[in-house]
Amino acid sequence: MNYRAVWAIYKVEMLRSLRTILQSVVSPVISTSLYFVVFGAAIGSRISEVNGVSYGAFIVPGLIMLSLLTQSVSNAAFGIYFPKFVGTIFELLSAPISYLEIVTAFVGAAATKSIVIGLIILATAALFVPLHIEHPVWMVAFLVLTAVTFSLFGFIIGIWAGSFEQLQLVPLLIVTPLTFLGGSFYSIDMLPGIWRTITLFNPVVYLVSGFRWAFFGTADVSIGISLGMTLTFLVACIAVIAWIFKTGYRLRT
Amino acid sequence: MPSIISISGVNKTYASGFTALNNINLDIRRGEIFALLGPNGAGKTTLISIVCGIVNRTGGTVTVDGHDISSDYRAARSLIGLVPQELTVEAFETVRNAFAFSRGLFGKPANPAFIDKILKDLSLWDKRDAKIITLSGGMKRRVMIGKALAHEPKILFLDEPTAGVDVELRKDMWQMVRSLRDSGVTVILTTHYIEEAEEMADRVGVINHGEIVLVEEKTELMRKLGRKQMKLELREPISTVPAALNGYELDLSPEGTTLTYTYDNQAERPGVASLLGDLGKAGIQFRDLDTENSSLEEIFVNLVRKTQ
Repeated sequence: MNYRAVWAIYKVEMLRSLRTILQSVVSPVISTSLYFVVFGAAIGSRISEVNGVSYGAFIVPGLIMLSLLTQSVSNAAFGIYFPKFVGTIFELLSAPISYLEIVTAFVGAAATKSIVIGLIILATAALFVPLHIEHPVWMVAFLVLTAVTFSLFGFIIGIWAGSFEQLQLVPLLIVTPLTFLGGSFYSIDMLPGIWRTITLFNPVVYLVSGFRWAFFGTADVSIGISLGMTLTFLVACIAVIAWIFKTGYRLRT
Repeated sequence: MPSIISISGVNKTYASGFTALNNINLDIRRGEIFALLGPNGAGKTTLISIVCGIVNRTGGTVTVDGHDISSDYRAARSLIGLVPQELTVEAFETVRNAFAFSRGLFGKPANPAFIDKILKDLSLWDKRDAKIITLSGGMKRRVMIGKALAHEPKILFLDEPTAGVDVELRKDMWQMVRSLRDSGVTVILTTHYIEEAEEMADRVGVINHGEIVLVEEKTELMRKLGRKQMKLELREPISTVPAALNGYELDLSPEGTTLTYTYDNQAERPGVASLLGDLGKAGIQFRDLDTENSSLEEIFVNLVRKTQ
């Protein structure tokens, strides 16, 4: 194992985030605050409690998930796409480093960054609503699992993307809609019958539900199913990446 | 002399069906400077990319200091430093950090003193904390070399190192390559300038259409390829070359305004002086003259004709 290489890539990726700290950290904090003002204060005051939780607190896990997913995907995608785009990828490919090490470094850095942002949003949220976390260990477990899974997903997009447009396409057209429709701002029990069934095909529902369970002890779907679905998606991403590296898809011709 | 890189039966066919390399057999000797000559698209970069692990080969085997590049890629790659043709740099990184990153990527422990030495050797000391994006093209080229040297490779690949490089940097680079060789590093460079091969190389390999056409000691090759052409622009067009000049095998351009004399500049009597004298005797006046080394493309035409 070439630990020094993993550390070198990880460090460079983290430093890149620090260089763009305004965009990386300040912008999610501001947008979260805006969500609280709009949904929590303005609309939330007209919505009664959901499953025994005040609406302002209810949306916190969803908001964190929203940022966690989009940040994980875009960080990891950009992290591997950029060397491909400018050509510096040659150095990675010519280095004595395995694919596993490349993924560990890039996905590790992307996941770290999105977890940090998730925690910052949690801290920001605590300023607006009183928060109580029922299962802190599970909360952290879901946070890490989701960050890693979606960073892997982002890594796949970064490898696949042939242009900046494609790089933005999947987060914009798939991840964001799925997150908004995944029960970030509502309980899926609020939906009429058919829509509730359709929603169950949305993988994000299980992430948000599981995460919310860790906070409040109540969930739309059972915690076991949430965990199972998350792990399934994780395994699927790992399988795709294994295939990418086995075939050299878009990396080694 | 034992070979440090051994390439045998290497083929490369791209997914498009294009065959970039066809049964390449090549041994690079330990400690030599090897120049791989060939026109654009001959397969130079593909061959280098295969040895360095960037491109997958379709067939054949490559060993680097006895390590197979597939089954023992870590050992093989850690010996190699690569300076690609394109200037691809981490724009927002500082020079020093870029060097440290490359060193780490190849699994070497941090060594700031060594990085400082490279910075000084490559005249980048003043720019050590500058972001790479702010550097000139020549400086970026130096950065690329520094990154390749940061992990103390035993083999250095330089892909078209002097393409688009000014005279000063070219001389610096030649000097650097020589001192690397003196320290025991094997250097493989690709070029389409014969002068560069002549200046630098111990041995020269010629590649064309994905095949190695020949591999020879440089001195031997230069004797064969060291042909020059002298073009004479005539004051008055002539319809035929006077019989008195038949011995020179001159080419007359269709318009009758340019005479071309091809000669061997390594020869004891290249015949330039006597030709000019004989031209005067024949009453042919010229406005201008120009000499140039025969281009590699022309040499290839000759080589390919010979091999067919």
